[in-house]
Amino acid sequence: MSQAGVYEDGPAFRRIVVGYGFWIFLLSDIVMFSAFFAAYAVLESATAGGPGGRDLFDLRNVAVETGCLLLSSFACGMASIGAERKSFRIFQIAMAVTFALGAIFLGLELGEFAGLVARGDGPGRSAFLSAFFALVGCHGLHVTVGLLWLLTMMAQVWAKGFREDIQRRILCFSLFWHALDIIWVGVFTVVYLLGAAP
Amino acid sequence: MTDAAGPSPPRDRAPGEGGARQGGVRGAVTLYLVGLALAAGLSAASFLLPATHLVYAPALPVALVVMAIAQMGVHLVFFLHITTGPDNTNNVLALAYGVLVVFLIMAGSLWIMANLNHAMPSMTSIMTMQR
Repeated sequence: MSQAGVYEDGPAFRRIVVGYGFWIFLLSDIVMFSAFFAAYAVLESATAGGPGGRDLFDLRNVAVETGCLLLSSFACGMASIGAERKSFRIFQIAMAVTFALGAIFLGLELGEFAGLVARGDGPGRSAFLSAFFALVGCHGLHVTVGLLWLLTMMAQVWAKGFREDIQRRILCFSLFWHALDIIWVGVFTVVYLLGAAP
Repeated sequence: MTDAAGPSPPRDRAPGEGGARQGGVRGAVTLYLVGLALAAGLSAASFLLPATHLVYAPALPVALVVMAIAQMGVHLVFFLHITTGPDNTNNVLALAYGVLVVFLIMAGSLWIMANLNHAMPSMTSIMTMQR
């Protein structure tokens, strides 16, 4: 009798166990983000007489950010193909492109934050802006960590090559990066598009 | 199923891997390109839709949320390679549980807070009560 998860030829491969464990972590990370989303949705109208989303958001900036993150997700996919094929050049070039696009995204987001704070609309202005900075800033923090992780993977492949354990780390990194893009889809829809909608 | 001639149970697959398994490099790149095209199309539609008047204005939020969920599905299938295949059962079950918890947190918070807002007397009536 064969059942799911039980095999005659021994337990699952290390790669599958590691990937599955990281998938569970990512889902718990998404659950944490859902709490931030819920807080934002509850506090969206609590502007304390200050500006609301319609007065603050520049949708053109957000569209460029979205394009950068989507293309960097694609480049990350190319990097994982390069890693699976053990092609050093494809992997490093694709990772460099991923990093560049992610860095542009982060720069645009930090520019937006700096502009808001400079106008006096920082996180202390209203409950709405506190929730906005917490949610979008938490995503930006994840992108920052992802960029550091990306550089670490480039260095590890450069120094150690495509070893089994390095391959597993590349798999986890690509899952992390793609999951960040999924969360960004929620951010640009719930925060920016619904916030700026008439 | 005890007969050795039957198909052996498929190995579990880690999320994110297996894109390059079928069809070689070209197939894998094509898979990512299809995902990129679908995701870019949905993103562009989300950004452009409010400017056009194709959708009845009060229905706009629902349309945007539906397109966001569709795009998340595209990302899951084409970038994270979460499929409905028998080798992906564990990944899909974990995802289903995650979606359930996300739904409970979001819907529950909005429901409870809207209810509290509704039950709370307005600020002006609190001020008059204090006098």
